[in-house]
Amino acid sequence: MSLDLQKGLGLLIALLPETILAVWAMALLLVAAWTHKDPRALRRIGWVSLAGIGVAFLAVAWLWTAHPRLEGLPTSVAVDPFRWAVDAIILLGAGFAVLLSIGYLEREGILIPEYYVLMLLATVGMMLLAGGEDLFVLFLGLELMSVSSYVLAGIDRRREASAEAALKYFLLGAFASAFLLYGIALVYGATGSTKLGFIGFQVQSLQLATHPMLLAGLALLLVGFGFKVAAVPFHMWTPDVYDGAPTPVTAFMAAATKAAAFAALIRVLLRAVPLLHDTWSPVVWWLAAATMVVGNLVALNQKSLKRMLAYSSIAHAGYLLTALVSGSVGGAAAFLYYLLFYTLMTIGAFAVLVYKGRDGERTVTADDLAGLAESHPWLALFMTICLLSLLGFPGTAGFIGKWYILTSAIGSGYALLATIMVLASVVSAGYYLPVIMAMYMKPRLHAEVHADVSVPRVMRGVLTAVAVALVVFGVWPSGLLKTARAGARGFLPDEVVPISQGVPAAPK
Amino acid sequence: MTFAFWFFAGAAILASFLCITRRSPVSSALWLITTLFNVAALFVLLDAHFLAAVQVLVYAGAIMVLFLFVIMLLNLGDAAPGENPRWSPSRVVGFLAGLGLLAELLVLRSAVPPDAIRLPPGVVAGEMAGHGAVQSLAVPLFQAYLVPFEITSLMLLAAIVGAVVLAKRRL
Repeated sequence: MSLDLQKGLGLLIALLPETILAVWAMALLLVAAWTHKDPRALRRIGWVSLAGIGVAFLAVAWLWTAHPRLEGLPTSVAVDPFRWAVDAIILLGAGFAVLLSIGYLEREGILIPEYYVLMLLATVGMMLLAGGEDLFVLFLGLELMSVSSYVLAGIDRRREASAEAALKYFLLGAFASAFLLYGIALVYGATGSTKLGFIGFQVQSLQLATHPMLLAGLALLLVGFGFKVAAVPFHMWTPDVYDGAPTPVTAFMAAATKAAAFAALIRVLLRAVPLLHDTWSPVVWWLAAATMVVGNLVALNQKSLKRMLAYSSIAHAGYLLTALVSGSVGGAAAFLYYLLFYTLMTIGAFAVLVYKGRDGERTVTADDLAGLAESHPWLALFMTICLLSLLGFPGTAGFIGKWYILTSAIGSGYALLATIMVLASVVSAGYYLPVIMAMYMKPRLHAEVHADVSVPRVMRGVLTAVAVALVVFGVWPSGLLKTARAGARGFLPDEVVPISQGVPAAPK
Repeated sequence: MTFAFWFFAGAAILASFLCITRRSPVSSALWLITTLFNVAALFVLLDAHFLAAVQVLVYAGAIMVLFLFVIMLLNLGDAAPGENPRWSPSRVVGFLAGLGLLAELLVLRSAVPPDAIRLPPGVVAGEMAGHGAVQSLAVPLFQAYLVPFEITSLMLLAAIVGAVVLAKRRL
């Protein structure tokens, strides 16, 4: 199938998943306005929004298998396997987060149907951010995602922590967006285009590799993305925001938001400035090393499980940055593979927290899970698999993902960074294993301590599927690895539409 | 033409100076509206008619009305004589920022725009003569930049829904 994005139909097909989701969100907004605000209606709206995510997922799957190729000039959105792969991961994360929210909102008394509308809009923003081939689209997608997430973080407005999280996220998010926007302006000033492909072409043809304006713009872009993916030293907002937001929202932010921002970063680096690899790779190297070390060391000190998982997600941003350093297609494939399982295991771990905790889950510590294996052996087993996978234990998908990142880093000559990553993973055992020990080796405080933990039947099925996936792909990864490699192939030169066709007339 | 430029430019500077020196917030806001009107007149002199109209409608009209609404709703009184000391930190910072902008302006007088974003001479005038200001803006907005335009509208929708969800007392 070939698509001409200059024509209305081609553009519509290329943006089909986003369009479906956006229209679904707007229809849902109208439905929400006309229904009574009772828990049953809220539950129904939750299921309908899940259906919307499912339909968008089908659209992504169709586009992926139909192998659309660009014809004519490339425009504002990318049409490549990488986009479909990231879209699929984002939609998985969003669907999982909506499932978690369905019971959670009732329990915590947050009877706001617009919650689901905002979640769908945030997902649209993420997909546009991950698929934007134009810095305009990328920035607006980021803003759509951010504006919705600010509100979602503060949706439990009677809780002070939730309001604080929203305000903090809003202020620092606006700050980060300003950096990003200024970076985009400088890159435009140096290259005369906001299209990633054109920028790459201009860098080559106008010999801009050392142009100060381009370098300054790139630096500001890296700072902006650093904030969004919560890389050290731009991570200060993360623990408080993740801690204060309602837990399903935290899971959504830790997994899907990060996935989208990372995908956009990888696209900018590999499509617009691959020629500047020598310039940006040391910066990404240091970001990755600092993020892994600081994230893991600080996580060791956390009492609250939710905060611990927040720092663990910072540490994982470091692992993902390691996959980026080499700037190769292999690195992008490793990134995709790890991203998928990072999303599953992170949301999985937060899911257990959702079912164990009350009142925003800020107070749940590892000791509160003591003896969970006796009363809920199945939930404890699920949590164990998620934590072992986060740790990168052999036999889980997390191990294969880390292994794949390590091979790509070592293969490109970043052995020191790979060593730091292995050592950091060893440190992370210091905070993942105590949780498992508490569940299996410590006695319950009293027989009724876990009596209020109940997992709905649908969620049992979903969590089982996640656990099975984590183990199966940890033992037989090859099929999925091949898919990941196919997904990253979009960055190979022969897959990219010749950009010279669409370059504006050279200035005289 | 030159006279018109000096007239509106002078009026804009005078009005903006009055805007920051008035005690009463309402008269400050009114002087800001005067400034925006004069800047709109400068846009007309530059042949940017559409921009001038938008400036009056959006800034002088909608946004400033909102400002006045908020001022009157909160019932802000005049600043008391001793309330704002002559040299508060914010004033010093503001003064320095203003000096910085002035210096930037003087430097930029002699700067050359980078090659990549310089249009050949006559392109803008030709476009204006051929299609007029509105069409030369509208065609790219709804063709080349259709996707960003639609995303912006979605973003505004999310912001409105979010503001209502967070601020409404009973939902």
